[in-house]
Amino acid sequence: MSLAKITSVTGRGVCVPGADIDTDRIIPARFMKCVTFDGLGEFAFYDERKKADGSDKPHPLNDPRFKGASILLSGSNFGCGSSREHAPQSLYRFGFRAVIAESFAEIFFGNSITLGMPCVTLPRAELQALAAVIEKDPKAEIVVEVQNRKVICAGKSYVAGLPHSAHEALITGKWDAIADLLEGLPEVARVAASLPYAI
Amino acid sequence: MAKSLFEKVWDTHAVRTLPNGQTQLFVGTHLIHEVTSPQAFGMLRDLGLKVLYPKRTFATVDHIVPTNERAEPFSDPLADAMIKELRKNCRDFDITFFDLNSGKQGIVHIVGPEQGITQPGMTIACGDSHTSTHGAFGAIAFGIGTSQVRDVLATQTMALSKMKVCRINVDGKLGRGVYAKDVILHIIRELGVNGGLGFAYEYGGEVFDRFTMEERMTVCNMSIEGGARCGYVNPDDTTFAYLKGRLYCPKGAEWNRAVERWRATASDPGCKYDKVVNIRGEDISPTVTWGINPGQAIFIHENLPEPDSLPEKDRSTAREAFTHMKLKPGQPIKGTKVDVVFIGSCTNGRLSDLQEVARLVKGHHVKAGVKAIVVPGSQGVSKLAEEMGLADTFREAGFEWRGAGCSMCLAMNPDKLIGDQLCASSSNRNFKGRQGSPTGRTILMSPAMVAAAAVTGVVSDAREVFKN
Ligand code: SF4
Repeated sequence: MSLAKITSVTGRGVCVPGADIDTDRIIPARFMKCVTFDGLGEFAFYDERKKADGSDKPHPLNDPRFKGASILLSGSNFGCGSSREHAPQSLYRFGFRAVIAESFAEIFFGNSITLGMPCVTLPRAELQALAAVIEKDPKAEIVVEVQNRKVICAGKSYVAGLPHSAHEALITGKWDAIADLLEGLPEVARVAASLPYAI
Repeated sequence: MAKSLFEKVWDTHAVRTLPNGQTQLFVGTHLIHEVTSPQAFGMLRDLGLKVLYPKRTFATVDHIVPTNERAEPFSDPLADAMIKELRKNCRDFDITFFDLNSGKQGIVHIVGPEQGITQPGMTIACGDSHTSTHGAFGAIAFGIGTSQVRDVLATQTMALSKMKVCRINVDGKLGRGVYAKDVILHIIRELGVNGGLGFAYEYGGEVFDRFTMEERMTVCNMSIEGGARCGYVNPDDTTFAYLKGRLYCPKGAEWNRAVERWRATASDPGCKYDKVVNIRGEDISPTVTWGINPGQAIFIHENLPEPDSLPEKDRSTAREAFTHMKLKPGQPIKGTKVDVVFIGSCTNGRLSDLQEVARLVKGHHVKAGVKAIVVPGSQGVSKLAEEMGLADTFREAGFEWRGAGCSMCLAMNPDKLIGDQLCASSSNRNFKGRQGSPTGRTILMSPAMVAAAAVTGVVSDAREVFKN
């Protein structure tokens, strides 16, 4: 299985501010009644974006100035809560290709990398500076340089955080682990046989 | 060299180091349910792969099952499609499925231990974040995403970075009316909702030594709410006594060998931890949440915090919480009016939880105007509760007694809050919209405290409401 090497993501940004934005907010549970991930995009942040009657609430993702943004900015502990892959799937299908936040919840982070959607961290002050830039100029281009662990916007370069394993996986095109895991099957059989339990 | 349980279990299950530095880890036992598995089977089919070790995967249906009428087809066509899809996948790939008519169906984290599938020294994965529950048995158990469910089905392994271990000691004694739920809510309040990031929590100390398995499960269940991917308690005689005789546990001479092996997986005295936290049981009071994440919690006799008195990083979430919860800084939480009470979930839907609530509410009645439901965590729990007369006690006291499932813990079935109803809930998440209404409000607490809210109609101190 050969996948694209993800060395950088370029696009416009939109900021959904707040800390501890949980997966129930990213995709409310009632939209998980599905047997495929198709169509999840329109439900990203649904309850934050829509009133009970389906009309729009004021929300950055409804703001026409940020339409077409493909890089999401947010606060700390982004994606906490459940392990539902529906959350990064809905963001990806909404059109996001990278997320920049102060920190990420672990399962959400792993799920996103497996989709090939880089999640990088910036310190709070720099995130705020970046958010201020795109608030002033929504057309500003952001480059998430995965390879060099940098975020570049409006002529400024910020040093971003990305753990080694995710960095490696993205830049070598091995962000979906399945090919590597299948390669290890002979050794898997050895471990299976050595375990004292089978159930 | 002295090793922790985590290291021992990790080492026996590590297959190899992957090119990106992560470990290919063997998953000894895999649990699946209807919400996070269908897409995984879809990907498996797309790749032309098979389930490698079908006997290592067990399935149940829990999130979408209605708890009042169980006849199929379900009235919700999407829910109906999901159960049918799971049934078909299990049939196609030869996976054991605890279906609705099996007598064994229930919330995946209640069914695993109940059937003896969950055992010490295992690695367990499930496409559900509360898989940490199984750590109560001394297993390394974690929630995974759907692509990883696919990975485990296809290869019985997954790519994972090794965690650090944080030992949490709770010593001393718990006061009257202080439960396992209060212990974990307190731990999360102290360490924060992301205090466990990158860690496995090892719980121990005198309070855990005395805890029953069900109490240990309640604590391990909510490890993820503290940011820890897994949490565990070292296996001991309490663990073995619970497992003895359960369906999938070893029998006869095999049993004795298993116990010996399990005992040896416990952390060695003197092993090194990356972090140690000490808490006194006496310092914990009945705890309730007031906000929109499980770390926003206070003791029942405390007043709600002033956002400005909190650390700067917590202030914006606190303000958001006050707006959503329609509560005011500085006011007491006691006396807050409730509309709905929910007893159930993989945190507190086990027999001992129902026994305790039944004991307390006997002779009391649910306050007029409050909707009260009790949802057993599994058909096994349901059967025992009925045989023991607990169900009758609940009905007499004005509770609705339902069938097994996740129910109002996340409201993927018809049990939902309406509008901005406020629910006193024994579940594990108080996120905005979690219980089915975007403006619904949730206050997490122990089942005994939920019982007290049920009979008084307001958030109350169970120790004052029930004198026994
Ligand atoms: S009871 Fe709640 S937390 Fe537990 S598995 Fe079901 S939905 Fe998830």
